[in-house]
Amino acid sequence: MKPTTTRRVAKRRFPTLAVLTWLYVLWSLLPVLIAARISLNDGRSRSTFQPMSFRWYWGDHQSSVWYDDSLQTSMANTVKLALLCMLIATPLGVAMAIGLQRWRGRISNAANGLMLLPIVTPEIVFGVAFFFVFSQVYTGFPSGLTRMLLGHITFTLSFVVVIVRARLAAIGTQYEEAARDLGASRLQAIRLVLLPLLAPAIFASVMVVFATSVDDFVISSFLSSGAATETVPIKIYSGARAGSTPALNALATVMLVLTLLAVTLAACLARWANKRGGSASGATAGFAGLTG
Amino acid sequence: MTAVVDLPVAERRPRNRSSAIWAAFAVPGVGWLIAFFVVSVYAVTAVAFGAVDPLLKTAQPQWNPFAWDFDAMSRIVDRVLHGDLGQVFARTGAYIALALGGCILIGYPVAYFAARVVKRRRGLLMAALVLPFWISYLMRMLAWTNLLQPDGYVNKVLRFLHLMDEPRNWLNGDSYTVVIGLIYGYVPFFILPLFASLERLDGRLIEAGRDLGASAFQTFRRVTLPLSVPGLMAASVITILPMAGDYYTNTYLTSGSPKTTMVGNQIEFFLQRSSQPQSGASLVLLLMACLFVLMMYYLVITIRQQRAAER
Repeated sequence: MKPTTTRRVAKRRFPTLAVLTWLYVLWSLLPVLIAARISLNDGRSRSTFQPMSFRWYWGDHQSSVWYDDSLQTSMANTVKLALLCMLIATPLGVAMAIGLQRWRGRISNAANGLMLLPIVTPEIVFGVAFFFVFSQVYTGFPSGLTRMLLGHITFTLSFVVVIVRARLAAIGTQYEEAARDLGASRLQAIRLVLLPLLAPAIFASVMVVFATSVDDFVISSFLSSGAATETVPIKIYSGARAGSTPALNALATVMLVLTLLAVTLAACLARWANKRGGSASGATAGFAGLTG
Repeated sequence: MTAVVDLPVAERRPRNRSSAIWAAFAVPGVGWLIAFFVVSVYAVTAVAFGAVDPLLKTAQPQWNPFAWDFDAMSRIVDRVLHGDLGQVFARTGAYIALALGGCILIGYPVAYFAARVVKRRRGLLMAALVLPFWISYLMRMLAWTNLLQPDGYVNKVLRFLHLMDEPRNWLNGDSYTVVIGLIYGYVPFFILPLFASLERLDGRLIEAGRDLGASAFQTFRRVTLPLSVPGLMAASVITILPMAGDYYTNTYLTSGSPKTTMVGNQIEFFLQRSSQPQSGASLVLLLMACLFVLMMYYLVITIRQQRAAER
């Protein structure tokens, strides 16, 4: 190999590609920033910038986010669903990942295939399927938020399993075997050795479950039963049809800021925990593990 | 995959017992998926091949496969092959194809740059690529309804650049708007898996191509591009599947105009805005049948990756 060649390859900066990429980043984020700026409009325009005020956040006593009860309800519902979904789907998925990873045989392979199916199933199929199953079979579950929660858990469970399994495969079994050789019981080895090693993957799954649940529109919309069970995405969806105000933008912006704060806080916590041992990778690795 | 084969018998026995323990770990999750995923999808089938209450128009599912009635399904298939639904399927296919083309044109350079070129500000770029996942999909669409209003900024910019004389009504059933919306909505889902696969690509092969005298473009065309085909396929499949069931993007961006109806809209119409549960269920099954090959493709490559990772 000629050393000059490598140097040339390494030195190339691909200016066109760089420009293209950063233009894409701008294009992907600018509309959202504009929407956030419109939420600060003092007037009713949803298309142009007007002088700034917090009218649609709390200034307007009828339709601002703070005073419109239906907007508040939708936010509370969204956060409640996402938190409960996180609390149930994550442990269920982590256990399932560990189980599927080590349990060998035909049934296990079939269970693994079953676990992957929800990932490739379009959301509308989930929506319709839940709609029928709750109206025909599981009629005992109260309609509204309970059914929506069950739907969200079913939809997000497989994401947890895939993320955690990728990490399990990277860890291997030698750490646990060492713990067992040193006298730990199987459950002790899992609790004291495996779970701490899995922490970054569990953390990534929690964030993915949260994001998916907060973002979900289709399943919620098929299972929602009236105004009291609407979520933020449903509110944004139905609000745009009726002649609406920048309050909708304000609602979306509040949710965005809350989500980003939660993610940042979680990332800081993970970094802090990481400094005390172990290795963390965070959301990027989580998504990469999920999608590739 | 299994390392059990060459172990002495004494060691094999505890492994068998441990297998039951591992199965116990998986059982709650598997049970959940059977109860809420398998049964639910079977419910769709039972409704599609069941009957409809003549007065209430509610579904009467037929759970016994031997008593299935295929009339509703054959009516839907007939409407697809000879009637109004054919156009809906063709339109859905065309939108997906155009949006996928857009995703490749935009997503490939971005994923390539992020995976193989960028050095400075790599962390910032990664954060920017992941950020759309944290922004609600419908907020991103809401942003476009703001921009595309008759007096919105898209029209203003286009008129300022003299690309257009009169403001255009983008939100009134315009196919361009739907395709742009789909691209904007799904390109982040396309970029990340492609990024992951391009990052794993063996850089020595690209270097070898350059060393052996190929130009940068030739190396790309004859080395990089062929090597990235599996990643491109996976990224495409993972974007096509949700797009095929999408109904909210176009409803939202066209105020529900019938000119841009996709399969998803038709399903939503059957179920939520008119009482035709059987037609809706049949259409869902038909959609799944169309997507079957893609779903299985993704399943197979994922299982292969799992096995490779565990070896």
